[in-house]
Amino acid sequence: MSVATDTAALEWRLPDRGRVAILALITAETAVFTIFVAAYLYYLGKSLGGPTPREVLRLPVAVSILLWSSSVTIHLAVRALRGARLQTFSLWWFLTIVLGALFLAGTGREWYRLIYQEGLTIRTNLFGTTFYALVGLHASHVIVGLTMLTTVFVLSLGGHVKAEHAGRAEVLSLYWHFVDAVWVVVFLVVYVVGR
Amino acid sequence: MATVDPTFAAAGSAAGRSSLPSRLHEWAVSVDHKRLGLMYIASGLLFFVVAGLEATAMRIQLAVPENDFVSPQTFNRLMTLHGTTMVFFVGMPIILGFANYLVPLMIGARDMAFPRLNAFSFWMSLFGGLLLYSSFLAAEGLFGGSAAPDVGWFAYAPLTERAFSPGNSTDYWNLAILVSGIGSIGTAINLIATTLCMRCRGMTLGKMPLLVWLNFVVAGLILIAIGPLTAAQIMLLLDRFLGAHFFDSQAGGSAVLWQHFFWIFGHPEVYILMVPGFAYASEIIPVFSRKVIFGYPIMVAASVAIGFISLSVWAHHMFAVGMTPAANTFFAVSTMLVAVPTGIKIFNWIATMWGGKIRFATPMLFCIAFLFQFLCAGLTGVMLACAPFDWQLTDSYFVVAHFHYVLIGGLLFTIFAAIYYWFPKATGRMLDETLGRWHFWLLVIGFNMTFLPQHFAGLAGMPRRIYTYEPGRGFEIWNQISSAGVIFQGAAIAFFLVNVVYSLARGAEAGDDPWDAWTLEWSTSSPPPAYNFEVLPEVRSRRPLWDLKHPDDPDWRYE
Repeated sequence: MSVATDTAALEWRLPDRGRVAILALITAETAVFTIFVAAYLYYLGKSLGGPTPREVLRLPVAVSILLWSSSVTIHLAVRALRGARLQTFSLWWFLTIVLGALFLAGTGREWYRLIYQEGLTIRTNLFGTTFYALVGLHASHVIVGLTMLTTVFVLSLGGHVKAEHAGRAEVLSLYWHFVDAVWVVVFLVVYVVGR
Repeated sequence: MATVDPTFAAAGSAAGRSSLPSRLHEWAVSVDHKRLGLMYIASGLLFFVVAGLEATAMRIQLAVPENDFVSPQTFNRLMTLHGTTMVFFVGMPIILGFANYLVPLMIGARDMAFPRLNAFSFWMSLFGGLLLYSSFLAAEGLFGGSAAPDVGWFAYAPLTERAFSPGNSTDYWNLAILVSGIGSIGTAINLIATTLCMRCRGMTLGKMPLLVWLNFVVAGLILIAIGPLTAAQIMLLLDRFLGAHFFDSQAGGSAVLWQHFFWIFGHPEVYILMVPGFAYASEIIPVFSRKVIFGYPIMVAASVAIGFISLSVWAHHMFAVGMTPAANTFFAVSTMLVAVPTGIKIFNWIATMWGGKIRFATPMLFCIAFLFQFLCAGLTGVMLACAPFDWQLTDSYFVVAHFHYVLIGGLLFTIFAAIYYWFPKATGRMLDETLGRWHFWLLVIGFNMTFLPQHFAGLAGMPRRIYTYEPGRGFEIWNQISSAGVIFQGAAIAFFLVNVVYSLARGAEAGDDPWDAWTLEWSTSSPPPAYNFEVLPEVRSRRPLWDLKHPDDPDWRYE
C-alpha cells in the first residue's frame, strides 16, 4: 500500500531499538534503586541498637576507583570494536571484567568483615537491613553485568564478535555505565552522607 | 488496497488445523504480537470471570445483615484475591494485550521491536496469576497457615510481617506480583522501543494514532511506577525470609513507609489502567461520529500531563495516616489538578461527537456510557481529593463506589467497546449486535444498581472490607440493591460470553474494514497475516485510510 504520492525525498530515520530499550530498562531500574535509597535515607539513625555506620563502615576508595575505571575501559573496548580492532577490543573488554570482578571481591571482603568481625547482619538493626539491601542490590547488578560481559568475552575468544556487533556491545556498555553510576549514588549516600 | 497473499494464508491455516496439540503448541511457542496480544486478553478475561465470581460471593454475603454465607476469614481472602486479580491479572493483561495487538498494526510495523521479550513478558504475567491462585493448593498443606492471601490488595505493613501473617499465603501474593511486575516492565520496554523505532515511513510522532500515543504514555508510566512496587516487594521478601526489618515496627521499621512505597506505585497504576481506556475511546468515538478527533495535539498534551501529574498524587490515599498539613495540602491540590487534563479529554470527546453523524453501534454505546460514568467517577474523585472530606469518608463504601466507577464504569466499559470494535479485525467475524445490545443494557443497569447505592452506604458510614454489618444502621437497603445488581451484571457477562462463542462460529463475515475506519490496522486483512502488511505502508496524515479512500480530499492537505 502506498498512501503518499511523492515520498522519494522523504528522509526516514528512526532511533536504534537496542539503545531505546536499554534506556527504558535503565529508567525502570532507576525507579527500583530510588526506592531503596529512599528507604536507606529514611532509616538513617533510626536503628534501635548498634552497630552504627560510623562505627563499622570504611570508605571503599580503592574498589570504587576500580569500578569507575571499568567505565573507561568498556568505552575504549566499544570504540575499538567499532573500528574493527578486535584484539584491542578483547583486551579492554577483559580488563573491564577483571575490574568488575575485583570490585565484587572487595564487596565480598567488606561483607565478610562486617558479618564475622563487627557482627552486623541483615537482622541486626535497621542499618543492617537497609545497608545489605541497597549494597546487595547493586552487587547483584554487578553480577548480572559480569555474566553478560563474560558471555561476550567467551564469544569473542571464538571469533564471533565482529565490528558489526559494535551496536550491541554499546547497549551492554550503557547498562554497565548505569551500574557504575548507581555506585556513585550508593557511595555518596552510604559511605559519605550516611556515615 | 493491500491484502494478504491468499496462498500464504491458506498454507498457514491448513498447517494450523492439523491437530489440537500441535495448534496449542503453535500458540505456546508463538512470538507473534497478535497471538500474544490475544493470549494476554484471553488470560485477562479468564481471570475476570474468576475475580467476578469472588465479588459475587462477597455481594451474597453482604446482601443481608449478619449473614454467614462465608466466614470472616474467607471474606478477607475473597476481598484480597478479588482486588489483586482485577488489578494485576485482569486489568494489566487486557490493556497490555490490546497494546500488543494494536500498536504494531497501527504504526505499520510487522511486529513488536522484541518479539521474544514479548513472549517472555506474557508468560511471566500469566504464571504470576497462576502462582497467586496456586496458594489455594499449597499454602495450607505445608505450613498450616491460611489457604489464600488475606492481607488486602495493598497489603499494609506490618500485617504482612511474619509475626502477623504466618504460613506462606502472603508469600504467594508477594511473589505473584513480583513476577508479573517483571512481565509488565518487559512489555513496557517493548512498547516504547516499538513506538519509537518501528514506525512506518512518514509516521512522525505527530501523526501517530492517539491509541499509540496513549499507550506510549502508559508504557512510560509502567517503567516509572512498577519499579517502586518491585522494590517494596523485594523488601517484604527480605523481611519475611531473611529477618530484615523494613516494615517491622518492633525493630523501628515504619508501617507508613510501605504505604508510601505502595501508593507511589498504586496511584500511577490507576492511570496505567485508565489511560488505555481513553485510548480506545479516542479511536472509537471519531469513527462512529464520522469526524476527526477534536483537538488531537491537546489530547496528546493532556495525556502526557496526566502521566506527569499522576506521579505526584499518591499520598491522597493516606490523608488519614496523619501527614503534615503541608503534605495534605500538596497532595490535595495535585489530585485536583489531575482533573484538569482529564476534563479537557471529556470535552474533546464530546466536541468530537458534536455535529457528527453518530452511529449507535455497540462499541459507540459503550463509549457513551463510559463518558457519563467516568464523569461520575471524576466528580467523586475531586470530592475525595479534599482532605477534610476524605477524613470523613476514607475507607468507607463511598471510596469503593468511586473506584469501581473508575475501573468498571470507565475502564471495563471502554474495554468492551474495544472488544466489539476490534473483534472483527482479530477474528474476521462481527460480534452480534442484538446480543451486544443485551450485554450493554444489562451491564449499564447492573453496574449502576450495584455501585450507585454504595455511595449512599458509604455516606451513611458503612466501612469497606467488613464481612457483615448489624441491622438498623441504614445500610440494608443500599446493600440489597447493590447485591441485586450483580444478577444483571452476571447476565450481561453471560450474554457477552455467549456472543463471543456464537460469533466466532456463526458471526457475519467482517471483511477488512467493517466500520469504514481510518487507521492502518483496517488496511490489512481480517485477521491480519503473520507479517501484518504485504508491503510496509507509508503515511502522510493521521488518517492514512481516509487519504486512500478520498484521494481528491486527503487529510494531509489540512494537517
